[in-house]
Amino acid sequence: MRREVPVVICFLAGLSFILEYFIPHQNVRPIFENFRQWAIIVITFAYVLGISNIVRVNYHVIQKKGRDWFYKMVLVLGLFFMIIVGLFFGGIGEGTVFFWIYNNAYSPLQSTMFALLAFFIASAAFRAFRVRTFQASLLAITAILVMLGRVPVGENVWKSFPDLVEWIMNVPQLAGKRAIMIGAALGAISTALKILVGLERTYLGGE
Amino acid sequence: MKVSPFLKSLFLFSSFLLILLINFSLSFAQEDLSHSWFNLHRINMLVFLIFFFAVIIIFIERAKVGKSLFIRRIAGLDAIEEAVGRATEMGKPVLYISGIEDVDNIQTVASMIILGNVAKMVASYETPLYVPICMPFVVPIAEERVKEGYASAGKPDAYNRDNVRYISSEQFAYAAGVNGIMMREKPAANLMFGSFYAESLLIAETGLSTGAIQVAGTANIHQLPFFVVACDYTIIGEELFATSAYLSKEPKLLGSLKGSDLTKAIIMVILALGAILDTLGITHFASWFYIE
Repeated sequence: MRREVPVVICFLAGLSFILEYFIPHQNVRPIFENFRQWAIIVITFAYVLGISNIVRVNYHVIQKKGRDWFYKMVLVLGLFFMIIVGLFFGGIGEGTVFFWIYNNAYSPLQSTMFALLAFFIASAAFRAFRVRTFQASLLAITAILVMLGRVPVGENVWKSFPDLVEWIMNVPQLAGKRAIMIGAALGAISTALKILVGLERTYLGGE
Repeated sequence: MKVSPFLKSLFLFSSFLLILLINFSLSFAQEDLSHSWFNLHRINMLVFLIFFFAVIIIFIERAKVGKSLFIRRIAGLDAIEEAVGRATEMGKPVLYISGIEDVDNIQTVASMIILGNVAKMVASYETPLYVPICMPFVVPIAEERVKEGYASAGKPDAYNRDNVRYISSEQFAYAAGVNGIMMREKPAANLMFGSFYAESLLIAETGLSTGAIQVAGTANIHQLPFFVVACDYTIIGEELFATSAYLSKEPKLLGSLKGSDLTKAIIMVILALGAILDTLGITHFASWFYIE
């Protein structure tokens, strides 16, 4: 029963989403909508699991005063501080304390992380475009052409540069991309089918 | 490949059904869908799904009766064991990253399946395994998969529950957390399987700077170039979903893999035919495959 019940629930839930795609009748749309609401409720409860995991993992280190215990204490205190602010100081909407802290503390940190991406892209591009093999040379030449075609100076050098770039992007690039997309989509459908019919049960654990 | 008469008949029948049903659907114009019990504009999709499922089930049946099924070598998947072995030799941990999507994404499910195999491998080498998680719903599944992997390897006592850690559901907070683990713990092997977005390069480049051997796999096309550049091995698109069959070699799973390969071949033929016919000005064939 421990294994059969989850498989049956998974099958019924999966089947309902497949049927939703094909049945547009107004009488059954609320049923599918209900399924969606249930999923949101279940996922919301999962945050309790996440919080308990954070508390458990960090509490052990703080208690033993292990490595970086101080930072872990800041993490746990920050977590509960934000929960308390959100619950008891006017909610989380615009104009609240929670909203202000989010915008002035979290958002800048997030932007900083995102900004780092520019430097990582530069270093990754430097490695990718080192001309060592035929394929790497092809990649480097294509990249240079695309870059030139996407900046105003490219059009000044040769007025057909933008057209060439459009062709590269719409024909060879798109063909390769679509090939990967079709393969991945079929792989995803095949995996979903295996899960739906209970062939693939390893994700449930307890094998 | 030698094709049985049964398979040939099924293919011909399915093709006939496909043509018949698509033409049937196009002969009806459904104006108000809210009172309809079936969206006829999507009948081609239904026929495709039925055909695809039928092919997969047939190949699974073939595999069950003991027909040998060849599966090509996937270097990235073979490299997982190499990476774990290297981490063991160096006495350093293995880091497994399952992407930033929830379990409603099939890539995360595929990642959890791979995690079980990795955990078993890691447990047999007695190497620590760290699993930072982005979505809370994935935490219990990852815990269960790792625990089961250690139990399968006969080392349930070596399982440390605290090594499966929920970091944050926020993309860049998660990336910062994972990068922190990489810089502090210096894992010798970073395995990244699942759905990744802009954080992919942040994580992979940090992993590269620590000198770890890196294997990554995703079906998110826009992140693949980043992984190709920053990782030693990259598993591309469909290979991610083949991992379970590849690592377990279970006939039922290999059968489903063969089924999707055959469907892919048919799609390639249809694409080529459609391109030729469209070029010749015959557009009716391509219109069968439009989805509203």
